[in-house]
Formats: sequence, structure tokens, C-alpha cells
Amino acid sequence: MAVSKLFGAKIKRREDPRLITGRATYTDDMQISGLAYAEIVRSPHAHARIKRIDVEAARRQPGVVAVFTGKDLQGVINPIPTAWLIPNADLKTPPHPALAVDTVRYVGDGVAVVVAEDRYAARDAAAQVRVDYEILPAVVDQQQAMAAGAPLLHADVPNNQAFKWALGNGEATAAAFKEAARDGVVIAQRFLNQRLIPNAMETRSVVARYNSGSGDLTVWYTTQNPHIARFLMSVVTGLPEHKIRIVAPEVGGGFGSKIPFYADEAIVVFCARKTGRPVKWTEDRRENYLTTIHGRDHITDLEVAARRDGTITALRGKTWANLGAYLSTAGPGIPTILHGLMLTGCYTIPNLDYVVYGVFTNTTPVDAYRGAGRPEATYLIERIVDLVAAKLTLDPADVRRKNFIPPDKFPYTSAEGLAYDSGNYGPALDKALAAVDYRRLREEQKRGPRNGKLLGIGLSTYVEICGLGPSSVVGSTGFQGGLWESAVVRLHPTAKATVFTGTSPHGQGEETTFAQVVADELGLPIDDIEVVHGDTAAVPMGWGTYGSRTTVVGGAAIVLAARRVREKAAKIAAHLLEAAEKDIVFDQGRFYVRGSPDKAKTIQEVTLQAYLAWNLPPGVEPALEASAFYDPTNFTFPFGSHVAVVEVDAETGQVALKRYVAIDDCGRVINPLIVDGQVHGGLVQGIAQALYEGAAYGRDGQLITGTMADYAVPKAHMFPTFETGRTETPSPHNPLGVKGVGETGTIASTPAVVNAVADALRSYGITTHLDMPLTPERAWNAIHGQRREVKAR
Amino acid sequence: MKRAVKVTVNGKAYAHEVEPRLLLVHYIRDMLGLTGTHVGCDTSNCGACTILINGRAVKSCTLLAVQAEGASIQTVEGLATDGKLHPIQEGFWEEHGLQCGFCTPGMMLTAVDLLQRNPDPTEEQIRMGIEGNLCRCTGYQHIVNSIQHAARKMRGAAGRATPR
Ligand code: FES
Ligand code: FES
Repeated sequence: MAVSKLFGAKIKRREDPRLITGRATYTDDMQISGLAYAEIVRSPHAHARIKRIDVEAARRQPGVVAVFTGKDLQGVINPIPTAWLIPNADLKTPPHPALAVDTVRYVGDGVAVVVAEDRYAARDAAAQVRVDYEILPAVVDQQQAMAAGAPLLHADVPNNQAFKWALGNGEATAAAFKEAARDGVVIAQRFLNQRLIPNAMETRSVVARYNSGSGDLTVWYTTQNPHIARFLMSVVTGLPEHKIRIVAPEVGGGFGSKIPFYADEAIVVFCARKTGRPVKWTEDRRENYLTTIHGRDHITDLEVAARRDGTITALRGKTWANLGAYLSTAGPGIPTILHGLMLTGCYTIPNLDYVVYGVFTNTTPVDAYRGAGRPEATYLIERIVDLVAAKLTLDPADVRRKNFIPPDKFPYTSAEGLAYDSGNYGPALDKALAAVDYRRLREEQKRGPRNGKLLGIGLSTYVEICGLGPSSVVGSTGFQGGLWESAVVRLHPTAKATVFTGTSPHGQGEETTFAQVVADELGLPIDDIEVVHGDTAAVPMGWGTYGSRTTVVGGAAIVLAARRVREKAAKIAAHLLEAAEKDIVFDQGRFYVRGSPDKAKTIQEVTLQAYLAWNLPPGVEPALEASAFYDPTNFTFPFGSHVAVVEVDAETGQVALKRYVAIDDCGRVINPLIVDGQVHGGLVQGIAQALYEGAAYGRDGQLITGTMADYAVPKAHMFPTFETGRTETPSPHNPLGVKGVGETGTIASTPAVVNAVADALRSYGITTHLDMPLTPERAWNAIHGQRREVKAR
Repeated sequence: MKRAVKVTVNGKAYAHEVEPRLLLVHYIRDMLGLTGTHVGCDTSNCGACTILINGRAVKSCTLLAVQAEGASIQTVEGLATDGKLHPIQEGFWEEHGLQCGFCTPGMMLTAVDLLQRNPDPTEEQIRMGIEGNLCRCTGYQHIVNSIQHAARKMRGAAGRATPR
């Protein structure tokens, strides 16, 4: 496609004026007349039997409209389903009632709901709901949950095992390990990938309005995927899909946590129907910590087999994935499909034998958090490659180069069976190493600690799977949907354009990038283009925003629709110019006959004629709009190389991140400003996992890190200025050549930082394994456990 | 039970009878309808609710409405004057200082306070200066750039740095 002036341009965002002036409408900002407020009463226990619920005192509170319990919902609201039914894994799908009836299974499980005239009255009344619990033993650790005698969460789910999913070739892998044990190296390590709490700055919120006269339900809410929400709302409430309208107004970040269909939206809809009032519910942050999904939480035993020259020949491992108390919408797919399939990373590792156990525990359900399975995979492979290098005393950059999939091998079929679309891993690594002056850093490191500070350099050369995804492939993984995307490009008589997308951006800036694409395709001024998303009444069926798919799949649909509009316009222009269509040239918004550019019809003139329809070519319908439904033929595989430079204070264990270089290849870049922003945001989330964040539960199932005061959402001063750069390897199958960039930073950065800290300690003779987050205490214990004197230099 | 409260918000005088326990942020959002001020936590950590009270950045979730009696308050809705963006708004727009925009009003008002006290902050001072405001989207780097952009602009303008 022609390179034009807006594709690739650093354009400031068109969504910003409403956001910087306080004129945006987030869900909790909605006011509609007659609005009542809901407060959900939640279990303070991780595991308990409900003996009795007494709502009479609550009902008598001033301002109370209604109080409901799980029994009221029974038979009206269906159980909350999971939508990723992974095959061949003996997946168990125990029912998840929207409000618990007999048993609560995690702290935060809903037991009753109060509807009142305002937020304060609702909360006052909720405090008056009396629940008699018989406390049951709880289990929070996934391995303990599978042990004999552990408390069972669900009847018919023995050992709390939700699934067992296996991948790879056990025999060939065993042979490779045998060979490595003889002539090479075998390394085994347990890795913990701690539980994280997504912490979108806007908590979840729902406003539901039901019109009993028309039977129409409208729900405004914080979702990343309104159409999936509509479908699941129909399944759960029994209301017909065409009577349900879901609107995602302004959404204040999601990072995966606003993908799932939660019990809460069903409860609020129930309340709106029962009370005849529009009802609003907004989570407070404490509730968000308890009930909005968490991410990660893997325990992995991993082994690697390698030759003495650093060639990796096999990986073998087991992961225990904590799924929480119930299967969330995409819960089973995250630690399997999106994790296991990326385990060998960007390396030609021929053999793999991997098992994942999904386990129920008395904790908050776990689902997609930025990167979703891929950060966990990248962490494993990038950490273990470093362990191979250390064991063989090879440079970690050299071991990576040795194992990289060579550029002439693309499309490359991995041991997991995925077909990587394109890649050229060496140049990204070279560029990243040059940016930090790697050789000089290594020399400096050899000179030993300075002022008690241990220098560490960590690499992460990642590849990830994006642009979800070809529907037939995701269908074969048990995902209960397609992952194609829709677009409508509609020109109005004045040649202003409205572009509808089935994706649902909530900070990623596609109102701008999509307008750039359409402006180029149709030769329109960007200010004449509006991008509409997030309303099922306006937009055709779509699948939403997650998995770095919005620009890749949604953008492709838009470019196809815009080209259809252009083709029709060219037909009309040819007719008006009394020429054959094949002789028509389109350039920067003007149609003309090849060779006579001065006699042109502008897109504006042609559009007006399309609507007047006074003189259309035979067989051409009036108006000018087109739709497209784009189903990708493959996923996309962005990649890159990141380098972290740290100093570990041997005396205090404090880790200081001194430099961070990110060289990413996300294919073609539509708006570099937005791409940089995506990378920065991702980096902070990934680095924070390495150094700061981690959810902690007490043995009794109480979330210890249950507020922002206890959980380390990172702040501005915890990071250096990131140094970003790019290489550009277009996706060969994507119409825009793009690959997706929303998750790269998170996926790549966690192992880069941990490798850097491990490298610093290793340079000092300390090889103790450390699990994240690498707090000063952990680093200090590693150093001082081995009692080393810090030599001054 | 209810108590009278009189405040000036973005130059406009308001008088209401409110419950003594009503948080200032809820007063601003629910009673005045100024929903540009957001609520992101319940522990005074996130800063999404930051407003200017008598010119200083304050987390409006940590005050009761009645405690603001007599105060002059500025919210994000009052930052632009006569249809012209405040330099901090321009900075955030130019430098892509926001993604989802949820933290942005509070972040901008904190920055206005910071730049009033220190018109030429270093990057380090900016990063420390906004430590009471969390952003989960941007990774902060473009926010730092935005504040630097505004600082340059405001120093250049040399006139009124902050609308009161
Ligand atoms: S709402 Fe979080 S600090 Fe005020
Ligand atoms: S822009 Fe989303 S939280 Fe800051």
C-alpha cells in the first residue's frame, strides 16, 4: 500500500480534549433520572457455609429500595459461565452463582445486594445485613489445594483440579534430556510467578436500565468488549440478545481486568428489573482488590537441556496455575493456550514436554492481566536461558544468538505448533546492546563493586503472540467465540466520515490511529473523521480490545472497509468523468483520468453525488458506506530485545534500576507517539512485577495486600527514563503490516530486570535463586546469607 | 442533621445543605455534577480526586464537604479559561501525557501546584512531586514530558501561572 502522510506520523490524540477538560463520561459519571444505587454485601470469609441471612434490619433502613439474596436470584440469573473451554484437559466447570446461596468460596464472594436512594444509604443498609456463617477450612496455595486432604471448593472437582493440560512430545524430550545429562548440561529450577492485581485506575462500575414496557435493557459499564458482554448478558439473564444494548462509555484502563463478565453486572441488571429503577453500582478500591480478577500466580518446575556450546535442546516442566475460586471468563485459556504455546520463545528449541494444572483455591478468580500467560512464559524461558549461560560461563547474549530462530526460517513453526509470521531477532539484540554499550558495561562489572554497589546487566529477547486471532484456530482451542473484527466506514453527504469499530479501546488511542488510516485511504482531512466504538447499538458485532488485537485485527477491518468505499467512489467518479473505471486514478482525495490530473472529481464531490443519486452509474446503489468483517489468517508475533542495567546495594539489598533500553519490533508503526506510550506503560507494569508488586494472602484466605496502601502500585520516581527504539519487520499477512504493541513492555521487562539483579549477584559470587518481587529484604538475605564482605573500590 | 456549606468552585459560588459525613469528592461529583474529578481509591493513595483548594493541591476524598466551608476550589473543569487550554492541558495533549485519562485531572492539578512552587523543576523533582498520584497506563514518562512542556510554556508566558 502507498505510504502516505498520516501513516507513521506523530499525531497528538484526538480523544484528549474531552479527557483533559473533564468532559469525558466514565460509567460512574452517568446520571439518569430515578437512579438508585446498589451495594453488594460480600463474604468476609474465604470459605464458609451460609447458615442464614437476615435482611430485615437492612430493609428497614432509611432510603432502602430493596434487598435481595442469592435465593432471590436462583432460577432467574443463570450461573456465570466461563468462555474458554480448553479441550483435552478434563476441564471442570462447577457452577458460579452470581450471589452465593449455600457456600462462599473467597473473601469478596457476593451474598446479598442492597438497593437504596444514594450511595451512602446503600452502604449503611448493607452493613445491617446479618449473615450467619459456618467457617470452613480454606486453601490459598495451588499445590496445597491439590494435596490429599485439602479443603475441597466444589463438589465433583476432586483435588480442586480444574484441568490438566499437556503439550509436547514426552519421548523425544526425555531422549534429549538423557543426551544432555551425558554430554551437556541439565538445569532444573522452580520459578514462582507471583499473583498480581491489575489496578486499572478506574474501578468497575455498572449502570443498568430496564424498560418493562419495551423489554429493552441498556447497560453502561466498564467493559473492554461490549459485544461479548451482550452475548453473555443474554446467556445469564435469559433476555434476548437483540433487546440488550451494552455501552462502554469512557473506560479508565482495563489491562485485561475488564474483559470478564462478572457476577456484579448480572446482579445489577437483576436489581434494575426487580425494582423498576435504573441502578448504579460502583466498586470501591477495596472491593476491586477482592473481586476484580487477579493475574499470573504460577508455580513452575522447569528443566532445560543444553549442549556445551549453549544450544538448547529441550524444555520440560510442570506448572500449577492458581485459578481462584471460580473459572473466570477466559480463566482456563490464559495459563494454557496463551502461556504454554509460547514457552520456547524466540529460540529453535525442538523438544518440549509441559503440563499445566489449573487449580481452584479460596482466592479471587484469576484471568487475563496485561500479557496474560505470555509474561509467565517469557519469564520462564528468559530466566532459564540465563541459567544455561551462567552454568556454561557463556555470555547470555551469545547463548541467545546461538538459539535464535534464524531470519531465513520464517514463517517458522515452533515446537508448540504455532507459525511465527515474521521475525529478525539479531538486529534488535544488536541495537539494544549497542544502546547500553554492553561490552563497556561488562568490563566495568569485571572491575568489581563500586561503593558497595553491584552492577548487573539483564537481557530479555522476547517474542509474543498478538492479533488474536484467526477464528478457526481460536475455536480449536475451545474459545467460545470468533476473534475476527468488524468495521463500517460511512461517508456522510458532506464527506465527513464516521468509522465504526467492533473493538473497544480504553486508552490505547485508536480513535486517532484509525482516523489516520482512514484519512490516508480516502484522502480526507483527519478532522473530518470520527471513530465510534463501544456501543452495541451503533457498531456491528465485534470482539473488543485485548490481546494486542485492536489495531492489528480491528485496523485491518477498517482499512478493508475504507478500500471498499474508495472502490465504489471510483466507480461513481468514472461515470461522472465519462471514463472507464480502470482508467481512474485516486490520489490524495481526488479522482481523475490517468494523464489528466487537472480534470478531477474530489472525494467530496463524488460523495455528494452518491447521496443525491441523480446520476449514478447503472447498477450502483446510492450512498457511500461499506462494512468489512476481517478474520486474520494467522496471529502476529512481535518481538524485541530489552536490556536492564541495575545496581544492587550490597549493604541494603536495594535494587536501583539505572537504565532500561527497549528495542521493540511491532511491525509497521502508525503513530510513534502512541506506540511509545504503550511501551512505557507496559514496561512499568512488567518492571513492577520484578521489583515491587505482589499479592499476598494469609493462610485463612484473607487478602493481606487488600488496599493501595498495602499493594505496591508503582510511582513515577521508581523508574528511570526509558530508552525506546525499534526495528521494523512488517507482518506479511496483515493488511497494515502491524503486529500489536500493547503488551510487549510487560512481557519483556520482568525477566530483563530479574536477570539483571541475578547477574549483579552472580558477579559477586552469589547464585541463590530469588523469586519476585526482588525487594531489598530478599536481595539482602541472598547477599548476607552468604556473608560476603563488600570490598570498597 | 444537615449542615450548610458554601464554597466557590471554578469561580462560581455554591451553597448547599449536606450531611456532615459527605466527602468533598462526592459533593463535587454528585451534587455539583462536576464529574471530571475522579475517585480511584479509598485510602488516599491514588490522587485521582486531586483538586486545588485555595491554590494548593488536595485530595478531595480526604476531606468532608463541610471542611471546605468558605474555600475557593478549582477542578479540572475550571482549568481552561475563555475556551483556551491551560498550559498544563496543552502539555498533556502535546506530549501524550494520558491514555485512559482517568488519572489525568488529578495529575494535572498536582502538576499545577508543583509548578507554582517550582517553575523549573528537574525530572527528578517532577517524579517526586507527583508521587501522590498514580497512573497505571502511561508509565509516567510522557507525564514528565507533559509537565516539562507546561513548565517551559508557563515560564515563557511569565504572566499568570495559575488561574485562581
Ligand atoms: S480517590 Fe484516591 S486519593 Fe482520593
Ligand atoms: S492515563 Fe490511565 S491511569 Fe493515567
